[in-house]
Amino acid sequence: MITLGHYLVVSGMLFALGLAGVIARRNILIIYMCLEMMLSAANLALVGFSRFHLVNGLPDYTAQSLVFFTITVAAAEVAVGLAIIVALFRTKQSVETEAITKLQG
Amino acid sequence: MPPLLFYLLAAITLGFGLMVVTARNPVSSALALASCFVGLAALFVSLDAYFIGTIQILVYAGAVMVLFLFIIMLLDIKAEEGKQPNLAAIVSGIVVAVLLVTQIMTVVSHTKLAEKSLQNTPLALVEAASKAEGAAKLPTIANDLKAGTLPDAKLIGFTLFNQYGFHIQVVGLLLLVGTVGVVVLSKREKTSGGAA
Repeated sequence: MITLGHYLVVSGMLFALGLAGVIARRNILIIYMCLEMMLSAANLALVGFSRFHLVNGLPDYTAQSLVFFTITVAAAEVAVGLAIIVALFRTKQSVETEAITKLQG
Repeated sequence: MPPLLFYLLAAITLGFGLMVVTARNPVSSALALASCFVGLAALFVSLDAYFIGTIQILVYAGAVMVLFLFIIMLLDIKAEEGKQPNLAAIVSGIVVAVLLVTQIMTVVSHTKLAEKSLQNTPLALVEAASKAEGAAKLPTIANDLKAGTLPDAKLIGFTLFNQYGFHIQVVGLLLLVGTVGVVVLSKREKTSGGAA
């Protein structure tokens, strides 16, 4: 029998995978993809809670509205973030995190 | 939903998620992420969130991943070859991930809320037709509920425009600002010193 706990554990595992990727990888594009994965993992937890918190016999649509806003903000964030990565590539000719040391002085 | 299907979808999502983190080539990473999002959208559908599942595929697997692939191919990024992976970072990444999963599993196994299943919390569509706020105001929602179908998109739309009208406008403004910001960021500076 599939419970809310199963969905929460899958969501947590996906979030942890993304977190491990952000810490371990050094290609900025892959770090960015892992960030998207973490956002989606949080969405899965929200939708799970929405389905199992019934309001008048229907899922709680407040949570699903929040997911809607998260997806919108994530889309805007991806566009701006990728533009920053392209601008960075123009000056450094690299997308590795080691190449960006300007603030170290 | 049969339990086997859930495990299959979870395996697809997590397996491709693992591939995103481990792949050497950014293109295979991006393709794995697209598959991961498709699996996630299927999980959303299994939770009766059809609209969210659909926009997950449209926005993430469609628009966002195309943008990622476009940038990867535009910048012509090669796979990391011959470079020594940063061992300390990889070990700390794995440790943090394992700790987080252990903590979440402990919390989930100790809460009663997590024991709710799709079987013991069924949707009451016909009863909702007379009780839900959206059904009272919009007859189309009430008709769908009486017919025994879940008008998912209509209910989300009702919630969004009934309660969060201002927030919708703020998000619209955010998208506009994002678009303008991208145009400004990707503009080439003409000469040194001359601010764009």
